[in-house]
Amino acid sequence: MKIFVCIKQVPGISEVKIDPKTNTLIREGIPSIINPMDKNGIELALKIKEEREAEVIAISMGPSQAEKALREALAMGADRAFLLTDRAFAGADTLATSHALALSIKKILNDSKKDEKYIIICGTQAIDGDTAQVGPELAEELQIPQITYVQKFELKDDDSIIAERVFRTEEIVVIETKLPVLISVLKQINTPKYPTMSGIIDAYEQKEVTKLDAKALNADKAFIGLTGSQTEVWKIFIPERKGEHIKLTGTIEEMSRELCQKLKEDKIF
Amino acid sequence: MSIRIDDELCTGCGSCVASCPYGGIEIIDDKAHITEDCNLCGACVEACTVEAIILEREEFKVKRVDISKYKGIWVIAEHYKDKIHDVAYQLLGKGRELADILKVNLTLVILGANFDNLLDEFSYYGVDEIIYVKSKILKDYYSDLYVKVLTELISKNKPEIILIGATPTGRDFAPRVAKRLNAGLTADCTGLDIDAETRNLLQTRPTFGGNIMATIRTPRSRPQMATVRPGIFKTPEKVKKEIKIRKIDYDFKEKDTVSKIVKIITKEKVTVNLEEAEIIVSGGRGVGSKENFKIIEELATTLNAEVGGSRVAVELNWIDNDHQVGQTGKTVSPRLYIACGISGAIQHIVGMQNSDIIVAINKDENAPIFKTAHYGIVGDLHKVIPSLIKEIKKVRAEETI
Repeated sequence: MKIFVCIKQVPGISEVKIDPKTNTLIREGIPSIINPMDKNGIELALKIKEEREAEVIAISMGPSQAEKALREALAMGADRAFLLTDRAFAGADTLATSHALALSIKKILNDSKKDEKYIIICGTQAIDGDTAQVGPELAEELQIPQITYVQKFELKDDDSIIAERVFRTEEIVVIETKLPVLISVLKQINTPKYPTMSGIIDAYEQKEVTKLDAKALNADKAFIGLTGSQTEVWKIFIPERKGEHIKLTGTIEEMSRELCQKLKEDKIF
Repeated sequence: MSIRIDDELCTGCGSCVASCPYGGIEIIDDKAHITEDCNLCGACVEACTVEAIILEREEFKVKRVDISKYKGIWVIAEHYKDKIHDVAYQLLGKGRELADILKVNLTLVILGANFDNLLDEFSYYGVDEIIYVKSKILKDYYSDLYVKVLTELISKNKPEIILIGATPTGRDFAPRVAKRLNAGLTADCTGLDIDAETRNLLQTRPTFGGNIMATIRTPRSRPQMATVRPGIFKTPEKVKKEIKIRKIDYDFKEKDTVSKIVKIITKEKVTVNLEEAEIIVSGGRGVGSKENFKIIEELATTLNAEVGGSRVAVELNWIDNDHQVGQTGKTVSPRLYIACGISGAIQHIVGMQNSDIIVAINKDENAPIFKTAHYGIVGDLHKVIPSLIKEIKKVRAEETI
């Protein structure tokens, strides 16, 4: 069995601050990390591998420095890694991204020459874009079933899986489906382990990150990068803080009274 | 597809560098240079005051979509236990506005099993037409069945805009439908508008962890698809309207789905419904302990409100994670949000900034939460809240007289 894990290198968003003077993002010193839910994906792949004979393959699309994220995946225990990197991929929306990923998965399956079952694991969404679209679009292109928002997963047998999908605050649906399949996972599915020292050494000395460009994938430029994208960013702006900001003054009793008065004027009460 | 700098025009002013969310542009020797991090988003093109940045899209022999053949706005409803999700009503309200600008029909699409007697109810929400696809199996949600039916309907009827709730269900089928149709899809929008001239849908959404907003459009193809965050738009006032109902009985074949629903688990505990709450009282690190959280609950009870918590409060186990508000928790938009002892990290702000009125109680007068709050009280919440509760009770008592 092959287990593909799609990962994205993202900026550590929670560290991002806005420069109040220029109203722009302060990027200095922001580390690049593996998107957190993708790490849960790697962890799940490794867990499946403990139970079954499987090869874990990490794939990422991004600039050349995304290699670092793939090395980390290798250090965690992934067997092979592929980086789709080419200026021709830049500016891709989710349609164009999922197309490039689909081409790479087809190529890897083709090259292996074995007729193997496979599972694709994605993080449900990335913390920078938050679209949650690449997974389902990838599944659609490969014409395989999908289960998204997965919080629990098990292989039923060699042919099928059972997964718990969170679809409402109060409801979870348990779905059974057949391989090959794509699942997208939530953070509560597991706790990713840190790589071991020998894992890290292997990732740099024993294992490889294979780079694939548009040519290697035989990609039609009409369907990748900016040109292959249907959506485009028209405008980017920093949100204005809405409305007035009133700091109340006086004793605690006075402030409480004033607040109630204001909330009454605002028709909250 | 490429971006380039016209060195003759570039003055090296650096406004492009400041505008770039990706760190994709640098000034070297007084000229702008594009780095590998560039994502071709075009933010710098707009920021450049001397028009020195050129973003070009190569034209390929792609099958062009005849945009003029697409008309009308569709809202796709989601349901559970025969109840339509509230976000559908919210989308009908916004959809009506957009349809009036475009002078087209607004259509509600329901895929279900037991809605025959409920369809008339929708005639109150601004809709012109309902397409009801009926089949026993559609009582529940199946990815592949939704994708099949919707792509067939869309290909045949050619709506120009399709709005879907950004719920785990909407966000499950929308991308597959978009992919099958090769249509542009924008996720989790919080603002929608129309460019009347081009009829383009202007889709605004938070990105980059909510630190920046991006407005996205789909200028060269149709339909334009968007998932929209629940709780952003208001349910419209009820007004009776004549509507057309199209009922389609649909026969699925067994091979149409390989998935089966084993069971649906409803959590026994009655969990909070922060997304639909009118008022939320939230506590953070400043509350101090699990014991002290009672005071937050007390204020919530007085206001008939739900209780929320910051990431820290959840991590410290002061409150269950169902209550977490923020980027990694729930996104809420109540009429009133009271943040108690919450400093206001961006990750929290992202989850509650759309609240109508935000009140912050914090003893640190420099806490960033005061920049988001409409009303701020600097003080110890353990003293402020009891006083506030007393005052609210007084107001309530006056009202009943």
